[in-house]
Amino acid sequence: MSILVDKNTRLIVQGITGNEGLFHTTQMVAYGTSVVGGVTPGKGGEWVLEGKLPVFDSVKTAKEATDANATIIFVPARFAPDAMFEAADAGIPLIICITEGVAVQDMMRVRNYLDQKKVRLIGPNCPGLLTPGEAKVGIIPGDIAISGNVGVVSRSGTLTYEVLYAMKNLGMGATTCVGIGGDPVNGTNFLDVLEMFEHDPKTEKVIMIGEIGGNEEEKAAQYIAEKMTKPVAAFIAGQTAPPGKRMGHAGAIIEGGAGTAADKIKALEAAGVKVAKHPEEIPTLL
Amino acid sequence: MKLHEYQSKTIFSKYGIPIPKGRVAATAHEARQVAEELGGRVVIKAQVLVGGRGKAGGVKLAKDPAEAEQLATQILGMEIKGLPVRKVLVDEASAIEQEIYFAITTDRAAKKPVMIASAAGGIDIEEVAAKTPEKIIKSHIDPLLGLREYQARDVAVAMDLPRDYWKDFVKIAMGLWEVYKATDASLAEINPLVITKDKKLVALDGKMMIDDSALFRHPELNEMRDTDEDAPAEIEARKYGLSFIKLDGDIGCMVNGAGLAMTSMDVIKLFGGEPANFLDVGGGAPAEKVAAAMRIILTDPNVKAVLFNIFGGITRCDEVARGILTAMDEVKPKVPMVVRLVGTNAEEGRRLLQNANMITAETLADAAKKAVEAARQGK
Repeated sequence: MSILVDKNTRLIVQGITGNEGLFHTTQMVAYGTSVVGGVTPGKGGEWVLEGKLPVFDSVKTAKEATDANATIIFVPARFAPDAMFEAADAGIPLIICITEGVAVQDMMRVRNYLDQKKVRLIGPNCPGLLTPGEAKVGIIPGDIAISGNVGVVSRSGTLTYEVLYAMKNLGMGATTCVGIGGDPVNGTNFLDVLEMFEHDPKTEKVIMIGEIGGNEEEKAAQYIAEKMTKPVAAFIAGQTAPPGKRMGHAGAIIEGGAGTAADKIKALEAAGVKVAKHPEEIPTLL
Repeated sequence: MKLHEYQSKTIFSKYGIPIPKGRVAATAHEARQVAEELGGRVVIKAQVLVGGRGKAGGVKLAKDPAEAEQLATQILGMEIKGLPVRKVLVDEASAIEQEIYFAITTDRAAKKPVMIASAAGGIDIEEVAAKTPEKIIKSHIDPLLGLREYQARDVAVAMDLPRDYWKDFVKIAMGLWEVYKATDASLAEINPLVITKDKKLVALDGKMMIDDSALFRHPELNEMRDTDEDAPAEIEARKYGLSFIKLDGDIGCMVNGAGLAMTSMDVIKLFGGEPANFLDVGGGAPAEKVAAAMRIILTDPNVKAVLFNIFGGITRCDEVARGILTAMDEVKPKVPMVVRLVGTNAEEGRRLLQNANMITAETLADAAKKAVEAARQGK
């Protein structure tokens, strides 16, 4: 068992003929993910990966031909909102958007529309999902994680790799690793994923990697305190970040004194979460 | 990106929001000319991108053009929270009866825009929010539907605004919603929105923040960017698409990925050091970008050691190693460097750097400890 993606995932790639799209499609296929096709408007009828994967003009035609149940988006930021609307309208229940730099007002429209349609969005500005040994839907290097009983959820990219790698070095594996992304308005937050891990029979413990900005970690802490039965260890990045400065991620900013690492750590510790001092320490806390 | 008051108010005015007559001036002489054109009493207002300028003495009332010139001279020579005042706005003075706070901003937790209003507006709004939160009215806007007039009217009612002003207030609210939407703002704020003695609603002050991710569709706004207040290294970094923030410590950091970059700073601090900067070279960083990043780090004279922490995913460690070598050739750094390469092509990267006289580390904690030690010896 795992959450969101597994060996039954039938994935299409929006932006499959672009540089990034093609590179990561190759990686995902090599990992064993069941990629069933891709979409690039104007290139329908072509084939990629030496004729192995068909390209369609629209998500709708791709879904009809392949019966896809998930899509991953690699299109540039200005086209990404449209790609998400298109996937939702085509009836794809799970959208993973890797694209960084999507405008916030676009994301508010996308998120509210997708909620009405009951479509699950992961990202944007995220590394995607990895269920070791079953499916890699995103850009997380496949060889840094092994299968196991720990659910991992994170707002960051390379910091997540750091933690997965530290876990692997200790022989600790993951059920699923979910990168929820570093944008202020995204599709899925900590709370949603914690709930999924709580209900996933194979996940026995959880690692949560947060950062400064917003209050999702605090909301997660409240959920952990009230509902969660599985142990959680966490790390919060940005303890030395100055206020008012955007630390790379659009969402990683301390605004009006709110969203500091200290507040988040306090909330998590109060909920019984063990908070690590540095990322390599996290796996040792479980 | 933040906009100045005069820029924000010009935009407000285009969307039908009443603003006082006035113009921006870069010299005291120019300020006098504007005062002469306006006639009567004027307000001289420092244009800096920080709050609290009124309390710092950056806003003054002048009774005539001569006094306007004199006060403009004073204000243009000021520094407010470390920022020199380069421009002043000269506005006709208004006779104020009441000050209202009104803003539309992005509520990231609710994933919706929100109207925020208070009948107790003005410079103490933050105190009002902290001490008497019941005086702050909030109303969310459906991003798909947009602001509806009844919602704005409800806000007017909740503020106890007299009935005579409802129509004008609704017009201003709808105008500000159009401003927020049309400019991809993350904040469009009027504080204060005043009721004048002659019973008019006027936006006396304005503040806007624009979503940087949306600037691709607003070239006219991008041109308004005031780079005078950014550190030169930050401007240079932006040119190369690097995310860089200067800090006060002495250990330069170059990391791929924002979360890992922040973490590397934290771990340096954990082992007793102080980071000199935040720097994310981004994913897939090519050698030229890495070289630019290294030049920017090394121009800071405080830097006593540099930590490279690269976790290769899309980024290839050999490519980063080549960038480091190029930059070392160019800048001939005199400070010790600690490098940690993990992930894609890390071995090839390490091989390239083995003759470069760098300190190597296996783990992040080990790398941070070594960098702290190296900086200490360099002092």
